[in-house]
Amino acid sequence: MVTLVFYLAAAVAVGSALVAVSHRSPVVNVLSLVVTFFCVAVNYALLGASFLAAAQILVYAGAILVLFLFVVMLLNAPELPQAIDPRPIQRWLGAAAAAATALAGILLVVAWRVTPPVAGPGGDAAALGRLLVGPYLFAFELIAVLLLAALVGAYVLVKRKH
Amino acid sequence: MWAELAVTAIKLVVAAVALLSSVVVMVWVERRGAAFIQDRLGPNRVGPLGLLQPVIDAVKLFFKEDVTPATVNRGLYFLAPMISMFVALATFIVIPFGSAKGVELFGVPFGDFIVAGDLEVGILFLLAIGSLGVYGIVLAGWSSNNKYSLLGGLRSSAQLISYELSMTLAVLGVLLATGSLHLGDVVSHQAGALWRWNAVPQVLGFVTFVIAVFAETNRLPFDLAEAETELVAGYHVEYSSMKFAAFFMSEYMNMATAAALIVTLFLGGWTLPGLHLEGWLGLAVSVGVFLAKVAFFLWLFVWVRWSLPRFRYDQLMEIGWKGLLPLATLNIVWVGVAMTLGWL
Amino acid sequence: MAIPTTHFVILAALLFAVGAAGVLLRRSGISILLGIEIMLNAANLALVAFGRQHGQLDAQVFVFFVMAVAAAEVVVGLALLVAVFRRLRSIDVDRLNALRW
Repeated sequence: MVTLVFYLAAAVAVGSALVAVSHRSPVVNVLSLVVTFFCVAVNYALLGASFLAAAQILVYAGAILVLFLFVVMLLNAPELPQAIDPRPIQRWLGAAAAAATALAGILLVVAWRVTPPVAGPGGDAAALGRLLVGPYLFAFELIAVLLLAALVGAYVLVKRKH
Repeated sequence: MWAELAVTAIKLVVAAVALLSSVVVMVWVERRGAAFIQDRLGPNRVGPLGLLQPVIDAVKLFFKEDVTPATVNRGLYFLAPMISMFVALATFIVIPFGSAKGVELFGVPFGDFIVAGDLEVGILFLLAIGSLGVYGIVLAGWSSNNKYSLLGGLRSSAQLISYELSMTLAVLGVLLATGSLHLGDVVSHQAGALWRWNAVPQVLGFVTFVIAVFAETNRLPFDLAEAETELVAGYHVEYSSMKFAAFFMSEYMNMATAAALIVTLFLGGWTLPGLHLEGWLGLAVSVGVFLAKVAFFLWLFVWVRWSLPRFRYDQLMEIGWKGLLPLATLNIVWVGVAMTLGWL
Repeated sequence: MAIPTTHFVILAALLFAVGAAGVLLRRSGISILLGIEIMLNAANLALVAFGRQHGQLDAQVFVFFVMAVAAAEVVVGLALLVAVFRRLRSIDVDRLNALRW
């Protein structure tokens, strides 16, 4: 039953990711990416990371992709006549690089002598919170500064000079 | 395992039916309530007190011609109301409706009347699914190929994501006080006495949450997205018949879920101080208490709608970012201080 | 029966390859940014899978930080795209071939 859910989520994730990188219309790309992120959240839940699953939907599907959608609609850029790069050599090289990455990943995984997973603390919010305010406190505060920097940077970049 | 699945299915069906019938009730309450506030009678011809009016409205919508304009983006046009309905229906499965200690159904202990009782990250699930509601509106606005729809859709989604922040921060205050993400724990934390209800120590958070939820459900005074007098009908102007009914229903269902959330997070859910009942009677009484509190807030939604004028868009954004966000942050600081001093 | 870690890592590898294909083969700036997001998600998935393999929760903290950094990067990337679009009226990255317009 759990395996069935995993295979379904994996198939839908890869399928919608393929649609996201190949379809002409940017809105369809963004929406299929929402489906992909949803499936990745399902995978997190299957791995026991329940907080991350909810955070994935909240942050990625609910905020980042909404931002993408806004920019797509505000720019209203005419769809490029060809979705994929028309130059043949670059196209073959790109496809070959992607296929090589997939093959390398799969071969590495298959060659690995797998041991059953070690039991560890569950992925609930309390345990994660304790880690965030414990050993990783400095990084946590830095992330806040980074987000502020991104906010200010974005504002400066799109400000119209009069 | 099958017994547990059956019990969950029964809870799901009962809660879904309750949510869908809340739409029916709210249509009647809205029309009659609006009329009384405006010093007139409202619909009172169809059935006693006009109670069959929602049925007639549904029949009318069903028989209306389903016009699909030729220039819309078909796939997204059909997808948008589905997304709105899905979001409206999916959020209520983590809300505790009542408590049934000692009740057994098919040999499975009933526990609390929550549909998804095992979900440990209930509050996060609510916020996550709620943030997906933006897609329905923005896609409806964009796919309609109509500048009024697009404007309405973009305005509404900007409003939704702005008020989502203050709403989340207000919920964070409740989370700090409770110490758990599970909504059943939030309710049990508030049981016992009236001053334990989260609205009492966290007044600022309560007020912020109620205002933010008005904005999240696109209700007046924050309903610029579908302002009848300005944008015709905003993002759903090109929709007719059943697809419009889908948007209409999802708005009322969002309202019901929002009222249920206010009650669960801040007003003690199904608890009433001094009431400890067990078994089926306890279940009925606690659900009744919950429904009474939710009914008050649903009436509040209708009351505010017909009493206040709507905000201009820049006023709306200003309130969201410059007004509610600092207040919600102040609430969290207050909760932190109170917890350190041992008051909470 | 828990799903073995290899399944998740293979899924992550496939997603990464799809994202890489998107970045290498597409010409619109938005599509490239979408491909980058897919790659980041694939890396996150591999992280969480390996975290479960070794019983450590630090991997999930790492993923949390990656999500925050990805959000910041998307914000700045899209702002750059909007600024470029205002100048060139196009989001085709092949047209960004001069240091000064």
